[in-house]
Amino acid sequence: MSEVATHHHDDHHGAHATGIMRWLTTTNHKDIGTLYLLFSLVMFFIGGTMAMIIRLELFQPGLQFVDPQFYNSMVTMHALIMIFGAVMPAWTGFANWMIPMMIGAPDMALPRLNNWSFWILPFAFTMLLSTLFMPGGAPAGGWTMYPPLVLQTGDAFPFLIFAVHFMGASSIAGAINVVATVFNMRAPGMTLMKLPLFVWTWIITGFLLIASIPVLAGAVTMLLTDKFFGTAFFSAAGGGDPVMFQHIFWFFGHPEVYILILPAFGIVSAIIPTFARKPLFGYSSMVYATGAIAFLSFIVWAHHMFTVGMPLAGELFFMYTTVLIAVPTGVKVFNWVATMWQSSMTFETPMLFALGFVILFTIGGFSGLMLGVTPVDFQYHDTYFVVAHFHYVLVTGAVFALMAGAYFWMPKWTGHMYNETLAKWHFWLSVISVNVLFFPQHFLGLAGMPRRIPDYAVQFADFNMVSSIGGLGYGISQILFVIIVVKCIRGGEKATDEVWEGAQGLEWTLSSPPPYHSFTEAPDPESITGGHR
Amino acid sequence: MSKSNITYSNADYYVPDSSRWPLIASVSIFAMFVGGATLLNGANIGPYVLSAGFILFVYMLFGWFGDVIAESEAGTYNGQVDVSFRMGMAWFIFSEVMFFAAFFGALYYARMYSIPWLGGAGSGGATNEFLWPEFASAWPLFNTPDSYGFTQFKEVIGAWGVPFWNTLILLTSGVTCTWAHWGLKIGSRKHLIAGLSVTVILGIIFVAMQAEEYRHAYHALGLTLNSGIYGATFFLLTGFHGFHVTMGTIMLATILARCIKGHFTHENHFGFEACAWYWHFVDVVWIGLFIFVYWV
Repeated sequence: MSEVATHHHDDHHGAHATGIMRWLTTTNHKDIGTLYLLFSLVMFFIGGTMAMIIRLELFQPGLQFVDPQFYNSMVTMHALIMIFGAVMPAWTGFANWMIPMMIGAPDMALPRLNNWSFWILPFAFTMLLSTLFMPGGAPAGGWTMYPPLVLQTGDAFPFLIFAVHFMGASSIAGAINVVATVFNMRAPGMTLMKLPLFVWTWIITGFLLIASIPVLAGAVTMLLTDKFFGTAFFSAAGGGDPVMFQHIFWFFGHPEVYILILPAFGIVSAIIPTFARKPLFGYSSMVYATGAIAFLSFIVWAHHMFTVGMPLAGELFFMYTTVLIAVPTGVKVFNWVATMWQSSMTFETPMLFALGFVILFTIGGFSGLMLGVTPVDFQYHDTYFVVAHFHYVLVTGAVFALMAGAYFWMPKWTGHMYNETLAKWHFWLSVISVNVLFFPQHFLGLAGMPRRIPDYAVQFADFNMVSSIGGLGYGISQILFVIIVVKCIRGGEKATDEVWEGAQGLEWTLSSPPPYHSFTEAPDPESITGGHR
Repeated sequence: MSKSNITYSNADYYVPDSSRWPLIASVSIFAMFVGGATLLNGANIGPYVLSAGFILFVYMLFGWFGDVIAESEAGTYNGQVDVSFRMGMAWFIFSEVMFFAAFFGALYYARMYSIPWLGGAGSGGATNEFLWPEFASAWPLFNTPDSYGFTQFKEVIGAWGVPFWNTLILLTSGVTCTWAHWGLKIGSRKHLIAGLSVTVILGIIFVAMQAEEYRHAYHALGLTLNSGIYGATFFLLTGFHGFHVTMGTIMLATILARCIKGHFTHENHFGFEACAWYWHFVDVVWIGLFIFVYWV
């Protein structure tokens, strides 16, 4: 493929700012992608520290280290930071780095807007984190912000609401940019059904963001007016209904779940064919399955609130639609497995994380099916079973795919190979400790341990201790990742353009690291082989 | 879109070198949020921080849009950049539609579920009997289940008074906006400026009438933000719409100023079209409001 390498170092867009101003004012998709990824990494560790505090408190029954109010703040902030600060910006970082290179574009469609969508985030999270030091403490009513509880938040309350508005604006701007880039900036010959699946899953994620984040903005605006301006949206005494908030919130919240996971599907769909040295099985069914999941995500929201007292017809409708999601998701898992069937696989770190994803995400999917069945959910609701479920899909799902993607493309980004031995250690330590951390939580939940409490009955002590040990192990293992990333940025074996033997796609035709502007000339249409090769 | 059939060279796609405006935008909005939040918490410094943020925000708008207008007038943007702008604006408007959808959803939910259930319908029998046995489901909800803490009111704004005239005004402004666009397309500046001026004036009249309606509601009818779920949905839906009309009017006034300065050509005038799209969007939202908030 090297004969179609199209990079030109005669950078005709002129010089760009240097030093700190380069990063503050940049309009370059790679710079912005790097900023997103580094921001996400910082947030991952801040949110992770909060998780460590949670697991420390739960190591033994009784109140040991933190008071219950602060414990609840940790639970709330951990969720907000991991969802809006770590995983979502990480996906936007990947999108920024990879999408222009994957579709043969010079940059993102709206470069200044792109800078803005990143530079909102440090300010939004400064607002959110500053609430830790306010009278009344940080928000402690859960990331779902259910009224009336959330209305009891102290001075933190308007900061929470405005921080959500602010990061929502960032997400919408980022999503609009991705959608405009993919639909307007594709190189000649890059037809929609030749797009790499990461691009496909990201466009659909973009639609989900544009359609769902404004609904969250509306919901939190209603909370704000209920608290400060005397409205009665969520007050039954005024003719409203606190349950109405849950409906509006989860109309956003369920698509949000797929916002966090769809790009992961795309990354795994890029990695498995590479290391299996075989085209992806069922490319077009992957595209349609992603679309089907996105569509269904808008009509399943009330499965988060089966126990709230809905009419029977509602319970049944939302149960059937929820369980229906297993069909397109099953198509995906089948396709990944079928891609590996009779292939010549090797097990470099990206592949290990991708395989970990397929197996462990599927476990999280199955517990999701259990929770989706209404009568069963009546027992599991608000127990540790739910906590185990969503950590399987978000940590061993989304975060494992992030790790897989980071190792997969790090040689392309930095021009150096990462340290494979250390990376394998990172994988094995992570995969073992994360299961020690979250698997016992299934049993705790089935035995009836409620979530969001700092103390628990003594019969839950053993599994909690095991879980906390796993948590500490998982937390420490991630420091390895930082070491590997720093080493890889600073040096290492020179990466080739193609990096991986089985790698296919336009990003591998550029040099490693790629030139500042990706495709200043459109790539040769002959070099575009398509997602199904 | 016939434009998409033309292929452009990547080298011609304008990627701005760097820009300080997005950062200034973030700083200004950060100041407005922090100022607003401290104001709501009752701190004296709030209004100053809020005002400083707002001034910086307006400065940013002039600077950022100024750069874009200068680049556009200099012919920096090819047709492909134009399509990016079109997609960006279209999806932004769609996100705005979803923002309004949340409030319409609240309105429908209150009318279809929460009020009937509080009145004892469906599975709400126990709620009604034990909490507010006197409460009867009704719309408009003049009397909230619990009168403590909520303002009761006697009358609502009827659909066929001010709202009806406002509907006519907004629909007419949609027509005059399209008429101005036609003027731009046939190259008649006079016609364009006349059409846009009328549109802006109609927008101002709409907002003024809406303000008068609010004054009437607060003072004569006792209908306030605090009037239970009716007041909440009424004022937030019409209020956010009124805010969007105000924004749209400012946008169109800016476009009018640019037209007077001689900007835009008959084939290249996306700035005009974007504002016109936005104007039609607030128009369509108003139709929804007229039907579901005022009429039925």
